[in-house]
Amino acid sequence: MTTTDTTAGTATATDPALTSAALALGDDALVLAQRLGEWAGNAPVLEEEVALANIALDLLGQARVLLSLAGDEDELAFLREERAFRNVQLVEQPNGDFAHTIARQLYFSTYQRLLYAALAAGDTPLAGLAAKAVKEVAYHQDHAEHWTLRLGDGTEESHRRMRTACEALWRYTGELFQPLDGLGLDTTALEAAWLDSVTAVLTRAGLPVPSGSRTGAWRAGAGRQGLHTEHFGRLLAEMQHLHRSHPGATW
Amino acid sequence: MSSDTWPLWEVFVRSRRGLSHTHAGSLHAPDAEMALRNARDLYTRRMEGVSLWVVPSASITASSPDEKDPFFEPAADKPYRHPTFYEIPEGVKHL
Amino acid sequence: MTAGTAGTAVTAEAPGTHAADAAAQAAREAVFDAAVAADERIEPRDWMPEAYRASLVRQIAQHAHSEIIGMQPEANWITRAPSLRRKAILMAKVQDEAGHGLYLYSAAETLGVSRDELLDKLHTGRQKYSSIFNYPTLTWADVGAIGWLVDGAAITNQVPLCRCSYGPYARAMVRVCKEESFHQRQGYEALLALSRGTEAQHAMAQDAVDRWWWPSLMMFGPPDDESTHTAQAMAWKIKRHTNDELRQRFVDIAVPQAEALGLTLPDPDLKWNEERGHYDFGPIDWAEFWDVLKGDGPCNDQRITTRRQAHEDGAWVREAAAAYARKHTGQPGEAQA
Repeated sequence: MTTTDTTAGTATATDPALTSAALALGDDALVLAQRLGEWAGNAPVLEEEVALANIALDLLGQARVLLSLAGDEDELAFLREERAFRNVQLVEQPNGDFAHTIARQLYFSTYQRLLYAALAAGDTPLAGLAAKAVKEVAYHQDHAEHWTLRLGDGTEESHRRMRTACEALWRYTGELFQPLDGLGLDTTALEAAWLDSVTAVLTRAGLPVPSGSRTGAWRAGAGRQGLHTEHFGRLLAEMQHLHRSHPGATW
Repeated sequence: MSSDTWPLWEVFVRSRRGLSHTHAGSLHAPDAEMALRNARDLYTRRMEGVSLWVVPSASITASSPDEKDPFFEPAADKPYRHPTFYEIPEGVKHL
Repeated sequence: MTAGTAGTAVTAEAPGTHAADAAAQAAREAVFDAAVAADERIEPRDWMPEAYRASLVRQIAQHAHSEIIGMQPEANWITRAPSLRRKAILMAKVQDEAGHGLYLYSAAETLGVSRDELLDKLHTGRQKYSSIFNYPTLTWADVGAIGWLVDGAAITNQVPLCRCSYGPYARAMVRVCKEESFHQRQGYEALLALSRGTEAQHAMAQDAVDRWWWPSLMMFGPPDDESTHTAQAMAWKIKRHTNDELRQRFVDIAVPQAEALGLTLPDPDLKWNEERGHYDFGPIDWAEFWDVLKGDGPCNDQRITTRRQAHEDGAWVREAAAAYARKHTGQPGEAQA
């Protein structure tokens, strides 16, 4: 097994805007990998143990490359506090039931695929990394879409759970399209494509497209501004505790 | 069979061009698309496969054992016959 | 009557009589016994004694159950791994264990049982799993100790099974063994980093080894003179070595490994015996072994409850997928590569 020690290709850590963007994208991937790791041993069927772990491992691999562009991956992961993390709030939401996890993945992977495809086609130093990642996240999106169909159009219970999940997480999806300096992306176009894609899948699954707001009302901001939900502190406490208990140790 | 039972599928992998598909094992999936994806996750995690086939186990018709001994019972074909050919990975001794 | 080679059996009995049935049965057994004796593989469509089939179902199923229950003590540390690299390695290892469970359930299913039946037996305590997983992972170092000792013991057990008489089980074991060696190496490396690290890390590693050594030796099962299944299992080549043989092999390999780790093993009687050419080791507390096996270990309840809960919580998901499949059977555009 390779632990995805891929190099970042031609990416450099010298441009501060790019570094900052890489950190934000890396935080997204890290936090979602952490959440998916909680499913190990608890998945609804053995085959999903393997599938969810695949997604988590891909995301963790992406996180490690992205964080490494901004500094030492472990220092960044284990020694920053809540307000310094720049992941979107969507990825830190608790797993909930399987429908909740799938809805989160549907929204996030659809976004990630569009994001990486755009970056891969661009000329930032992240292009190489993005080209590799786009293949991974295309698979994550495929997995989420397949489950969205099966849960939305399965039983009454699965439909109800999926509908609840899609609605509950809708308010976190606007933040995905806040522009990140240094990436040079047309986030308006990304968002339109995302809406088209998600709408199509939900409709095929017989699920209503949620109609509520896609951003919160707090003008101070959200995840990208280091303002997280209360869940996040607990996630970090669990993730960081052991590392912090042994300052300077190597593992 | 209960309402949450997923049927069994047999998985065949062609690990590179020029070879034929070989039987890799089985798994449970609710339908063909999920079977293919589950097979990809389980049998190509280390990029061992290029092409995957999945077949419902119930669709496989198996021949009787090679021995023509008339004293073997003509039991109903079970879809569990696995071919004897299996690609042995490098480094595993005593096979 | 002769039960000959290559399918030319002859009988003097009239077909349909009781004597003919008995002769037929004897012929089948002779072919089966000859195949096993010749180290040929028994395949799913071959005739086999019912006791052989039942024994295999039990052994393979319990092996599969061990893999999936074994995910729990290690998954316990995924969210708390002390570095991103260690987190990735541990996630991959636990994923492999799910995969091994899948390979083994698949092998068991060739014998005419369903995975659902086997899981039901696990959940209701009618089939067991390796007792080692009834111990808790109390520190990060436990993860390393499990990799080194528990996976090490499993490998010692499993490599010979790659030559067991039943084809699907042997083939599943080949796949499992290939993946397992990375598990042991990573556990060893994790312990090495701890042993050579800070005083606190070294102490953590030593404490974990002190707790996992004896249970690892118990993984090989009771002593030969108390093991009821061994003789028959060896005759059928489902088991290729005795419990004590494998246990001794494991100790002989582990002692030098412990020395290289800079860690001690919690056995004052551990000593190289020049005459025997093996390490002597101290007495195992078999009372603990039987008690834990019976259900009184630290984690027995927790392991089964967690497993059963995951299965029950997942029922609506499995039902949804099955319902969707029923609704969409035969629709165009089904399977795309």
